[in-house]
Amino acid sequence: MSTAEHTESTGSDDAGEPTQDASKDAAKDAAEARESTFVTDAAIDPFEGRAATEAPKDAKPILTVDNLRMYFPVKSQGVIHRTVGHVQAVDGVSFQVVEGGSLGLVGESGCGKSTTGRLITRLLTPTGGTIDFDGRDIAQISQRELKPLRREIQMIFQDPYTSLNPRHTVGSIIGAPLRIHKIVPEKQVLGRVKELLEIVGLNPEHYNRFPNEFSGGQRQRIGIARALTLNPKLLVADEPVSALDVSIQAQVVNLLQGIQQEFGVAFLFIAHDLAIVRHFCPEVAVMYLGKIVEIGDRDSIYLKAHHPYTQALLSAVPDVKQAALGGRRERIRLTGDVPSPINPPSGCRFRTRCPIAQEICAKVEPPLLQIGPKHKVACHFPGEITNHPKEPVTAPLLGLDNQGNVDATGSVTDHDQLSHPGYADTWYDLGTKSFARG
Amino acid sequence: MSSSTAQLSAEPAQGGQPGDPLLVVKDLRVHFPTADGVVKAVDGLSYTLERGKTLGIVGESGSGKSVSSSAIMGLFHGSNAQLSGQIVLDGTDILTLREDEMRRLRGRDVAMIFQDPLSALHPYFTVGSQIIEAYRVHQSVSKKVARRRAIDLLDRVGIPQPDRRVDDYPHQFSGGMRQRAMIAMGLVNDPSMLIADEPTTALDVTVQAQILDLLQDLQREFNSAVIIITHDLGVVAEMTDDTLVMYGGRAVEYGKTSEILTHPEMPYTWGLLSSVPEVTGDTSAKLIPIPGSPPSLLNPPSGCHFHPRCAFRDKVPGDLCRTTTPELAPGGRGSSHLKRCHLADPESIYQTEVLPEIAPDLVDLLAEENT
Repeated sequence: MSTAEHTESTGSDDAGEPTQDASKDAAKDAAEARESTFVTDAAIDPFEGRAATEAPKDAKPILTVDNLRMYFPVKSQGVIHRTVGHVQAVDGVSFQVVEGGSLGLVGESGCGKSTTGRLITRLLTPTGGTIDFDGRDIAQISQRELKPLRREIQMIFQDPYTSLNPRHTVGSIIGAPLRIHKIVPEKQVLGRVKELLEIVGLNPEHYNRFPNEFSGGQRQRIGIARALTLNPKLLVADEPVSALDVSIQAQVVNLLQGIQQEFGVAFLFIAHDLAIVRHFCPEVAVMYLGKIVEIGDRDSIYLKAHHPYTQALLSAVPDVKQAALGGRRERIRLTGDVPSPINPPSGCRFRTRCPIAQEICAKVEPPLLQIGPKHKVACHFPGEITNHPKEPVTAPLLGLDNQGNVDATGSVTDHDQLSHPGYADTWYDLGTKSFARG
Repeated sequence: MSSSTAQLSAEPAQGGQPGDPLLVVKDLRVHFPTADGVVKAVDGLSYTLERGKTLGIVGESGSGKSVSSSAIMGLFHGSNAQLSGQIVLDGTDILTLREDEMRRLRGRDVAMIFQDPLSALHPYFTVGSQIIEAYRVHQSVSKKVARRRAIDLLDRVGIPQPDRRVDDYPHQFSGGMRQRAMIAMGLVNDPSMLIADEPTTALDVTVQAQILDLLQDLQREFNSAVIIITHDLGVVAEMTDDTLVMYGGRAVEYGKTSEILTHPEMPYTWGLLSSVPEVTGDTSAKLIPIPGSPPSLLNPPSGCHFHPRCAFRDKVPGDLCRTTTPELAPGGRGSSHLKRCHLADPESIYQTEVLPEIAPDLVDLLAEENT
């Protein structure tokens, strides 16, 4: 063990004393609150559930991702494996997650959302860009430096069947992080494990069972308990409910929301289910082919989406309320499949499937332009559905004419204003076509 | 065989006439004997389906929705499953058929689209050869004709450059294209009945929308009956005419989709509706999970299978839910809406207690409708 690591862990042990107690109390409350939900033979309150959480307004960002890139090399076949290209899985992604907040990451399969999650937990080392976690860039730090960091960032995996070791008991699975990081003396590990099982709504006496003795929903709870063991500040949840039955999904979503409220953990919530993300996350980022195409608070994305891809995604979701009206809704039909990330389209990556694409879209990549207090969109023609502007609004900002050619008379807006990971106080107003303060 | 035809003469099932029920499932039971006892995967299921109509079967894993459909495909012939009841497809009781008779029917009159196209397509054969095989098993045509038919169908389901892609292997197709190829294979013999088992669960929303559009167009074109097995109530709402909600091997609610989803009368259906957030709904609306987990079919709960998870069983007098199995009977909304529940007035409970919690904006809509 290195000295740096040693001081790190003892330091946080001292600091961790009061929080440990606080979390115990919180855990007790949480367990009591959940008693009624999960113990089936007690009286059941059918309306137990939680409304969506909002992070406090002035919360500081705990995670700032700036221009994150991950290129996987594509090797040629044969004896000598030459690199013949790169899968641009994540290409210039920037966003922020505030303390105790939650950002949803949605998109189709292959858009790079899971890769982004794995980069932030540093299961992968990014090709470029910075990951600023709690004031420290963790994008390129070494494995040894990573170990103390693992306490702060934990992950919940998609598949509860393959993410738990079938030959370990639940007690040893949940206790492993405690032992590895030497959080508590060996004698207290079991007590803490039981406590965690109670927090996630499982019977604490079941610590001696194996994962195969639990159902899918219960296994996902075990995965959540394991992620909570070290009191992390950030949880990366990669499709945490998509492998579960509908009736069980809601239990797990409510559990995650409860955990967020009790412990103030920040979430990066990766999912393809737009409805679940809308329910869980006050902020949402939409990804397409390795890039964020639109990011904003919940209402900006779901009520006032300005990017044609977000609009198509939203219109594709089948709606239960349609039963009352009968038939299917009019939808924006996207044709074809997502292009290959090895050789993405030039300019805007969505242009090959975009219903409103023009010449400029093939030439110039649209910047992620802030168009509201908490709303950014990467499109040359941002506008609400059926109301997209005729002329590219981004052209004057980039010093281009309407066809995307360089305009000698135009001035280029400072690039910083277009690529900052967070939200600026001033933004580009689509009505007045100028930078303004709300 | 003779008894089934005698029973059928009471209901017109000559086949061929539009509007006649194409499929009649009566008191279907599928039991699997295991070392631990008999697993009653499907226990007394009945429904009818007409030509050109779509039935949605909804339920959790283990509710028997896939098993009941596999029985229609005759996939339990030669297994140790114990089947009883009737599955009458176009005048023929499938359960009385011998295996070789079933083979002639399977794929020609009734076809199935599976959930995971990567594991349902053979990785060693080209997509085209698999479609050609499915066609030539039932039609005596040359390979050349069959190949042209395969290309036609791939084109019909929206595969670009079908004359070239027909020689591709499944791994060269994307997920959505594989599902299209599966649909093409299912439709190659113009079946009168198509069963889609979670056809879009493995797909992204935009691809899902494409596949659902395709299924709907093809159904109109071929006037076939479709059963969609899904757990997504949104898909049910947009695609189906009738809905069957299954729980623990039994139908718990059955009726018109517009009826079931706007005036559900069974607490399990309420639970399904309330546990799914809606993409247009109110975010302050709470997610109300169904507590507990699905029942074991080896040892199902006594009485109503749903009673251990039901929040409303205290509204039923006595211990009825635990002791007596409710019948699948018409509730307060006419004979076409069947429910299996002891609650006397589910409509008022739904309107006053459930709906305001899950969809406050729908309350006004329904109130307007009632006045």
